[in-house]
Amino acid sequence: MTREPPAEGRVSRGTVTIDVDACKGCELCIPACPPGVLSMSSQVNAIGYRFPLLSEGCTGCTACQMVCPDFVFEVYRFPREAQAPAPERENP
Amino acid sequence: MTGASTPPETGRSPEASARHTLPLVDTTTAPLPPATKAAAAQPDLILGAHSLCPGCGEPVALRILLETLQDLGIVDRSIGVVGHGCYGSFVRIMDVDVLQCLHGRAPSCATGIKRVRPSAVVFTLQGDGDMVNEGLQEVLHSAARGENITCILLNNGVFGDTGGQATATTVLGQRTKTSLDGRDAEQHGYPIPIAELVASLQGVGYVARGAVSSAGQVQATKRMIRRALESQLAGQGLSLVEIVTMCPTGWFVPASEGANYQHQSMEPIYPMGELAVAGRARGTASGPVGDSIAGTAGGTS
Repeated sequence: MTREPPAEGRVSRGTVTIDVDACKGCELCIPACPPGVLSMSSQVNAIGYRFPLLSEGCTGCTACQMVCPDFVFEVYRFPREAQAPAPERENP
Repeated sequence: MTGASTPPETGRSPEASARHTLPLVDTTTAPLPPATKAAAAQPDLILGAHSLCPGCGEPVALRILLETLQDLGIVDRSIGVVGHGCYGSFVRIMDVDVLQCLHGRAPSCATGIKRVRPSAVVFTLQGDGDMVNEGLQEVLHSAARGENITCILLNNGVFGDTGGQATATTVLGQRTKTSLDGRDAEQHGYPIPIAELVASLQGVGYVARGAVSSAGQVQATKRMIRRALESQLAGQGLSLVEIVTMCPTGWFVPASEGANYQHQSMEPIYPMGELAVAGRARGTASGPVGDSIAGTAGGTS
């Protein structure tokens, strides 16, 4: 399944947190992501599996959370008014 | 299968691989309050990590089952009856009353629980080896008796827990540890479509078949589980939801290819959709089940 990459400078309407050390690297989330903003890392986590990385363009649709067998993704949505720059994170 | 170097077999276009150069988003901490949580990672009723293989479909099936129990507000009176299989490891981490019984006997044990405690919501969690090989008569007789229980079948076509031997639902041509050249009808016989078999019986309230290989199928299957439990709450007889789950380990495919393999090999034999609706055996025309969701069950994979 080929998906179009997100346009350059695309804003994110949502984001996810990824529990890297719980991931077993099955890659089911990669084709499940409708905007195609997930990609696998080249590094491995503590138990030796590669894990997903998030690029800009997430829509907060929860598709990755639904297909993940290891409960890695937590999905957040930004308010529609404050789409432009993503809010700062605590403890960056 | 390497991701960052974009191998040709994943079918990604060169443009798609350019997304690796886009700025990555920090995903280690949650965003600040203007953002709202749309979905939690860990289901409330699963305590801790499970030990199943990468790419397994069973944790997803368990998650939507437990979330449906929460949505219906029946967690406190739910009793799960679990057979033997990989999903047996859920017993120690799922926060629902559970009885684990002998191979294939879950519908019979559930019958006893339901008859003694009619107010309880009783569901079974069984695999294909458990329900179709070891305990085929249990589920068929429970359905024919019209027992008011819900059976959840996790069908992956192999005995995953014992190493990946063929079961009665292994499709023709599928390679397993005991059919290394693919299941052959002359030597191994034909697969048993258990959902169609149960749906043909009287005493059945709701029968459906779903899958968990894509987000669309997960959503459709969650609706099926909800309707099956609603069928039990309405006293319409036995309800069965067969969930086709990926077992890349038993299928000898990479974890990332499990969904594709299921789509190509199992789904032509086991079509998705609702097979029996709204307690037809009891002659009740009214029920909680409305429009058919068969059309939405195809998913997006």
